[in-house]
Amino acid sequence: MSVLVYAEHDNASLKGVTLNTVAAAQKIGGDIVVLVAGSGCGAAAEAAAKIAGVSKVLVADDAAYAHQLAENVAELVAEVGKGYSHILAPATSIGKNFLPRVAALLDVQMISEISGVVNATTFQRPIYAGNAIATVESTQATNVMTVRGTAFDPVAAEGGSAAVEALSVAKDAGVSSFVGEELAKSDRPELTAAKIVVSGGRGMQNGDNFEMLYKVADKLGAAVGASRAAVDAGFVPNDMQVGQTGKIVAPQLYIAVGISGAIQHLAGMKDSKVIVAINKDEEAPIFQVADYGLVADLFEAVPELEKLV
Amino acid sequence: MKVLVAVKRVVDYNVKVRVAADNSGVDLTNVKMAMNPFCEIAVEEAVRLKEKGVATEIVAVAVGPKEAQEQIRTALALGADRGILVEAADAQPLAVAKLLKAIVDQEKPELVIMGKQAIDGDNNQTGQMLAALAGMGQGTFASEVNVADGSVKVTREIDGGLQTVDLKLPAVVTTDLRLNEPRYASLPNIMKAKKKPLDIKSPGDFGVDVSPLVKTLKVEPPAERQAGVKVADVAELVDKLKNEAKVI
Repeated sequence: MSVLVYAEHDNASLKGVTLNTVAAAQKIGGDIVVLVAGSGCGAAAEAAAKIAGVSKVLVADDAAYAHQLAENVAELVAEVGKGYSHILAPATSIGKNFLPRVAALLDVQMISEISGVVNATTFQRPIYAGNAIATVESTQATNVMTVRGTAFDPVAAEGGSAAVEALSVAKDAGVSSFVGEELAKSDRPELTAAKIVVSGGRGMQNGDNFEMLYKVADKLGAAVGASRAAVDAGFVPNDMQVGQTGKIVAPQLYIAVGISGAIQHLAGMKDSKVIVAINKDEEAPIFQVADYGLVADLFEAVPELEKLV
Repeated sequence: MKVLVAVKRVVDYNVKVRVAADNSGVDLTNVKMAMNPFCEIAVEEAVRLKEKGVATEIVAVAVGPKEAQEQIRTALALGADRGILVEAADAQPLAVAKLLKAIVDQEKPELVIMGKQAIDGDNNQTGQMLAALAGMGQGTFASEVNVADGSVKVTREIDGGLQTVDLKLPAVVTTDLRLNEPRYASLPNIMKAKKKPLDIKSPGDFGVDVSPLVKTLKVEPPAERQAGVKVADVAELVDKLKNEAKVI
């Protein structure tokens, strides 16, 4: 058995979710090879070589992979991935974008967002917005899967000494090009990796009121998230959305402020260790999953919370 | 140009599903079904392209059970011109992508628009797979779509913000929630939709095998969370978080 793990990185450093994906690979067993594709990604490749348990790092350094365009990356991974029993990528916007393309090129049915490894051919994954867990079995020659990072504890980023091997494969499908990007700037921890997340919903009433949450978050070293209602109302940008269609988080502590707790929101946070709900509606469904519920006006409770923590 | 829109019949998003007692799947008897919310957004985008004079014809396609005709009729009521149903219940994304590829070969649309994921399987695969099989570029998780001069510029929702890519036509676009706000079908349009053409096909017509490659062994409810407690005030909350849960 041999597992190919696609590394997520920004060329200079590896994204933490790569370590969770390697952890899933270890549960499958066998030789673990990490593929780093990018442009000027030498530093990321060196970091990948240090991950505990990795036997080899393959590096495809070419302008064609600079922005992780799915068309180009998928052709690379489909070619490199031949002969591996498993191909894994983190279930991030990058992994979800290119990996189904790889599966189709290899003519296999992909398995999305695995949350558990039963054995090398049997996996668990959430369906229906996390309201059911399916156990699925694949007997295909290559198992192509994205991994839900929050479901696996990361492996150590240091301690390994894998050999780094350069690949000279430049795949440019020639059907797409990168135009530009607008990244939200934030000094707070990344939402999906934060130990504490403070989220606001429609009850925040406007974007300015999110300042209250930022203040609490900064005192706790927390990331700030939002419900779909808050994003749709324009209070905060969409990359802050937690839920079935946004990000999946599982922090130690999740504080939901002014969030009713729709099925789609719960899908993104109900694996958090401790959930706190602050809502003035005591009938709100969020209280059914909250470990600690406070029925109160958030405009009084949040500033008080900031003072007390 | 011709636009192909793929729609899926799924459990209504407001329904809290229950796992069947024998763990074979989710209990779908007498449950309200509807068009997948992301597919509604795809139909709306196609109709807007037609209203702008960019699209000339919209073909709505569904792969699903016989009853998926209802969802195609909904798409027709919203502005699609004709429908194609491939009758195949429970086809997995790769098989659906192969069927859509066969229809793309036959219809030769310049743009295929579909939802980013269906809220039942939560797979988020079919659009990408179709693009791969057809050798097309893909604009997934689209929040803005602009067609001009033989290409389409797609602004995509990515983890850190937004990314814009330019794709040569023909291309596949999958919709994210913020692409648009779907309209409702009016009663006269629902009546008119009943007269629009709807072709019914089977997977065999396209030589596609829809037998599952990934087998579902069992479906279980997720682990229940323990019932929590209500606290009286912020001071008690902070105390519990510090001393009982020890998370801050």
